[in-house]
Amino acid sequence: MSYQWDFSGILRYGDMLLIGLFGTVKIAVISIVLGVVVGLLVALLRLSSNPWARKPAGAFIEFYRNTPPIVHFFWFFYALPILICVNLDPFAAAVLALSTQSGAFYAEVFRGGIVSIERGQWEGAKALGMNYQMMMRRIIVPQALRRMVAPFVERSFELTKTTALASTLAYAELLYQAMQVNSITFRPMEVYTSVAVLFFVLLFTLSTLMRLVEHRLSRVG
Amino acid sequence: MADTLIRVRDLHKRFGELHVLRGVTLDVHRGERIAIVGSSGSGKSTLLRCINFMELPTEGTVELDGKVLGNERRGRDGQVIREYGESELCSVRERVGMVFQQFNLFPHMTALENVMEGLMTVKRLSRRAARDRANAQLTKVGLQDKVDTYPGKLSGGQQQRVAIARALAMDPEVLLFDEPTSSLDPELVGEVLSVIRALAEEGRTMLLVTHELGFAYHFADRVIFFADGRFYETGTPDAVLKHPQKERTQAFLARFSEFTF
Amino acid sequence: MEYTWDFGVVLANFPVLLRGVLLTLELWAIALALGLALGLGLGLARVSRRAWLNGTAIAYVEIFRNTPVLVQLIWFFFAFPIILGHQLTPFAAAVLGLTLNTSAYCAEIFRGGIQSIARGQWEGARALGMTYAMAMRRIVLPQVLKRMLPAFTNRGIELAKVTSLASVLAVHEVMYQGRLLSSTFYRPLEVLSVVAFIYFLLIYPGSYLSARLERRLATRD
Repeated sequence: MSYQWDFSGILRYGDMLLIGLFGTVKIAVISIVLGVVVGLLVALLRLSSNPWARKPAGAFIEFYRNTPPIVHFFWFFYALPILICVNLDPFAAAVLALSTQSGAFYAEVFRGGIVSIERGQWEGAKALGMNYQMMMRRIIVPQALRRMVAPFVERSFELTKTTALASTLAYAELLYQAMQVNSITFRPMEVYTSVAVLFFVLLFTLSTLMRLVEHRLSRVG
Repeated sequence: MADTLIRVRDLHKRFGELHVLRGVTLDVHRGERIAIVGSSGSGKSTLLRCINFMELPTEGTVELDGKVLGNERRGRDGQVIREYGESELCSVRERVGMVFQQFNLFPHMTALENVMEGLMTVKRLSRRAARDRANAQLTKVGLQDKVDTYPGKLSGGQQQRVAIARALAMDPEVLLFDEPTSSLDPELVGEVLSVIRALAEEGRTMLLVTHELGFAYHFADRVIFFADGRFYETGTPDAVLKHPQKERTQAFLARFSEFTF
Repeated sequence: MEYTWDFGVVLANFPVLLRGVLLTLELWAIALALGLALGLGLGLARVSRRAWLNGTAIAYVEIFRNTPVLVQLIWFFFAFPIILGHQLTPFAAAVLGLTLNTSAYCAEIFRGGIQSIARGQWEGARALGMTYAMAMRRIVLPQVLKRMLPAFTNRGIELAKVTSLASVLAVHEVMYQGRLLSSTFYRPLEVLSVVAFIYFLLIYPGSYLSARLERRLATRD
């Protein structure tokens, strides 16, 4: 059974795929940045001594950890507009879904880093007369940051993969564009294989860079 | 300047159901050197940690240089509650230095930076002033060659000496040592004890919780045997360590019979 | 913000959602079982000293870990049948994609577990005269299973979430049913919120038990 490969369609509509690639990168970067903001906020709430801050933050995290991302995408696109009486375009809904979701995971990374610092460090700092802000700023956070790098990078990698779900909202990231090209050329084998390869190249490069960065950072510490 | 630097009155400390300190009363005079000995779990570390408020007392008061710390408040059932403000406790800890069994050095800073840290962040010294003082303290404990070394590369004895330098640099009025040599390999214990001995000869006020009875004998003005959360027997090193009067002290010391003072 | 919530639609059509849940569970169970089995084989290939075996396994793992799951599912449904010469049902394509994806992650878990066993164990076993296979089966794997359990439970949780992507292939699992209901009755807020809640109910117990298990295993060692 020999299959006649025909990549001419891909080449002709290659620019559409490039637009998709750009869309993927754009939504990933924006969601990572916003996710960090959300994550910091939620982590601070989780670390608070006030249960009214801690418990809701905990519930937020547990909700996002135990529900599929695609549900979030649909919810923000179809359900939220009804609540707030504002229509959301696919990009906005996708970014909202991705940043809140990654925010929940980032919050655990941030909190995990802080909490992993052993008690003796807190005591050593306290014994010198440091208050909470001083302890965090000079002793705890600098050490915690080093431990957060690997899980943070890993989470961001997962986020980049999850951007493909935005195709279900008709946002012009790479997978959606591939579907468009397929609907014009009717060559799913070539189209989807090429797109898989494109994703692979993007993500594999990212993960190799990640490993290099991690390696470099862990040596300095 | 009062002659009695620290006054502890009827100190109690509970951890949930566990009643660790059961009414401790203690006067520490300026320049006095007190050794506290006793079995593990007797509460001696807890006492030390209450003095610099690493633990907050459940009942009782601690007075530093004539001032009773904390504020009294009447609780809902009329009982007296003592509350401690963070800034007050921070200023107490500036004046009362502590050396830990586990050293607790900051691994992301060199020895010098460890000693400088409190000076810059808490005492707000300039970087240069802090560095000069830190260098002086590290030289004093014999580590002038290791100022730029990270704790991870130092032996246990060296780390503890850095910890002592770090506490000393803050120029505290009292130094608390919480079993400073218990985590060290035997051959490293000596170098730390000689540093402590040198400090003792300077006339610093020091409280030392230790298992090193031989050292306690030579170091202390007063020895306290601690049991069941309170003082069991107290007196001069000779009285407590060589001629103990009470049964439990004798039993405790019998376990250390191979040591000669 | 005046909105009257109305869960009547959800209640009336609950059997539809329930059927979806059954299909979700089916997808999950099959993909997990097959994925574990295949993953074991791949994991063994990864620790093999035969370069071609090792290399193929590495390539397989990297392909599945560096492309989004949705892209994989789409490929298996739209592109793969072309080589196969025979159309796959959505369910079959989803199972295929999910199984192979899971197997790649499981391979890495097996590999990590096997490699974590000290050399001394191997040497002890060999010194007794055991073949490689015997040593693996009687000495190494039993010890390794306990260590890998937390990672496998995490994989199980991830897989449960990822089954929701089968909805894009029109597999009638719970996400698909939810979308169907919300577009048929124009009540996306209620329906999608309930779908999210259903997933939470399905997945959270797994997360909770997994965390308890991890803690128990950590203290035992």
